[in-house]
Amino acid sequence: MPLNIRTYRDLTEADRSGLVDQIVAQRRRVTDRLATVRRVLAVMSGKGGVGKSFVTAGLARALVRAGRATGVLDADFNGPTAPQLLRIPVASCTLHDGVIEPLVSAEGVRCFSMAFLVEDGRPLAFRGPETEGHVWRETLEAAALREFLADVAWGTLDQLLVDLPPGVQRFQELTELLAVPPAVLAVTIPTAESRDAVRRALRGAVERKALLLGVVENMVGGPFAGSAADDLAAEFGIPVLARIPFHPGDDMWDAIALSVRSAS
Amino acid sequence: MKFLCVECDRQMQFEERQLPGDGTLAAAFRCPTCGRVVALLTNPMETQLVASLGVKIGGTTIERQPMETVRGMVATGKPDAFTDEGERGAGSGTIWSVEAQERLARVPNFVRGMVKRIYLDYARERGIAEITPAIMDTARTELGLEEM
Repeated sequence: MPLNIRTYRDLTEADRSGLVDQIVAQRRRVTDRLATVRRVLAVMSGKGGVGKSFVTAGLARALVRAGRATGVLDADFNGPTAPQLLRIPVASCTLHDGVIEPLVSAEGVRCFSMAFLVEDGRPLAFRGPETEGHVWRETLEAAALREFLADVAWGTLDQLLVDLPPGVQRFQELTELLAVPPAVLAVTIPTAESRDAVRRALRGAVERKALLLGVVENMVGGPFAGSAADDLAAEFGIPVLARIPFHPGDDMWDAIALSVRSAS
Repeated sequence: MKFLCVECDRQMQFEERQLPGDGTLAAAFRCPTCGRVVALLTNPMETQLVASLGVKIGGTTIERQPMETVRGMVATGKPDAFTDEGERGAGSGTIWSVEAQERLARVPNFVRGMVKRIYLDYARERGIAEITPAIMDTARTELGLEEM
């Protein structure tokens, strides 16, 4: 005769572990920290090598030039490049009163990156069992994203740009951490291959009910041929915010910043 | 994760946690009716997965530290990644025995400041005047500080 066992949800007594409460508290800390951030903007493509970090940095600098308080969260933990692109020398991060200060570029962009924490030239590695790392590594990276959001003193920002790595997983983690899904700025190069990868990412963003601001086509006028930006714009009903040539000047970035602000 | 004493049909309550130091974890739960105790034993991978979530079985009374998970888990961290400017009065008046200082010195620089702060907060909360290796062991077990 089978045992009569109540289910997990039947057991409602308070428990000292309170694991669910601990998770809720983590999420609340993110919400509280971002209460002074007007908008979180995810820069994504789903494709590597299209220049997400380059676009993020150029846009952030232009937004600051336009008088908009801007932060960059470098969510590419395994290939962090935001500090270099923002021209922020790597230095020690200051802790005080339970928070960590972001580093700030000479132009005023606030930034936090794994590049500040991991030894130069070494991969991001975690303590833990040497086998089956795939089981817990993504969980740890999601925890790192949560702590980058919640434990950095971002202060009052008009926008926090989140420079995402290739793929859609970090975007999904970001969406789960935020009270409302982030706005999305898609970056592509002109090729059909890039278009198809970005399409997958944008469909994932739509499924998560994220607002699509538009698409930026990068590396235009060079060896890459195609109509990725126009194709994606037509398919998703979003504007092409910019077509960026190789070696764009500040005036180009300023125009992109204006387009992004208008698209909000 | 909850435990049910099937015989009493009562939810069992967390009793204590033990960290043998080999990456495994033991958490004991007691039935409030019959007093029966069962122990949850996790292998290193399961222990790591729980730690990766940034939660502690049994909870903690100590205020969490900024970037606690990153600082506690990154193995390739820069020794000078953090500069702690805020003492907040934590642990003021608490002293460290020579043996405890030696043990603290063996903690990697990347995480040492946070570990020190956690032990000081633990001592302050319990009115402990001197931190010794025995106190560190007790704190480590009570707070679930695997690898610290």
